[in-house]
Amino acid sequence: MKFAIIQFPGSNCDHDAYHATRHVLGQQAEFVWHKETRLRGADVVVLPGGFSYGDYLRTGAIARFSPVMQRVREFAEAGGPVIGICNGFQVLLEAGFLEGALLRNRGLKFLCRHVHVRVEQTDTPFSCGASVGQVLKLPIAHGEGNYHAAPDTVAALEANRQVVFRYCCAAGTVTDAGNPNGSLNEIAGVCNRRRNVVGIMPHPERACESALGSEDGRVVLESVVTAMAATGAA
Amino acid sequence: MFLARVYVTLKPAVNDPQGLTVIGGLHSLGYETVEDVRIGKYLEIRVAADALTQAESEVTGMCDRLLANPVIEDYRFTLEQVE
Repeated sequence: MKFAIIQFPGSNCDHDAYHATRHVLGQQAEFVWHKETRLRGADVVVLPGGFSYGDYLRTGAIARFSPVMQRVREFAEAGGPVIGICNGFQVLLEAGFLEGALLRNRGLKFLCRHVHVRVEQTDTPFSCGASVGQVLKLPIAHGEGNYHAAPDTVAALEANRQVVFRYCCAAGTVTDAGNPNGSLNEIAGVCNRRRNVVGIMPHPERACESALGSEDGRVVLESVVTAMAATGAA
Repeated sequence: MFLARVYVTLKPAVNDPQGLTVIGGLHSLGYETVEDVRIGKYLEIRVAADALTQAESEVTGMCDRLLANPVIEDYRFTLEQVE
């Protein structure tokens, strides 16, 4: 199975994603430069974290105009699994793949530490290997991860079960105390209506080996390997 | 040639942590009269349009498509004919 890892100018978690998919999961992985117009036969697309285009104007605002994004859009519209991590999540929101926006953290600080998220939905390709209520310890590294959307949008996301990951305390209780950045409804990750596109603010790809402090992120990437194997992708 | 002065601001319902921090700073300087601060963006754009209506329509398109994020931001602009 092949992962395409999109590289924008300013991406800096591209190698983390490559390492996790290639070396930890043992899958094929290829970098795809943002100016390319093909996805090299990939089965899964990863939009990695970083600071694409220096976060100029708004985080993720410029990356959506990169030539490769048209291919990513077609890939997603055909049902292909796409995950945006951190800045990749911001890009998916700006590009309209997902609903909402990410504001400056409520405490203004760039936050770089481990948090806990609870798996809310397991019928997405990036959570199908987990169980509902499973708590994952994952690192965050962002200044703008404060999820916001209009009240009717949030209500629709909840009604359609599109909140896939929610910040929580270590025991799994969703409370404001476990919310690092002020996100509405403790939202840490959402999916689209079709459920094949997932955006997540914490970094599962940086939590795939015990040497890195947590292996809890593996289930996110392993889920898509299982999901694609079930569809017949090699 | 027209000069567009574009102001992009957070929607009233959107929390502005930067503005709240600046309020705290102003209060600590003794400006107790300050009741609210909202931080936004200001852009100056020179547009080589022939007519005001053309410039207006182009800048509106720019704001809708890129300069402002309609989920969280509002925008307004003025246009001035320049050399």
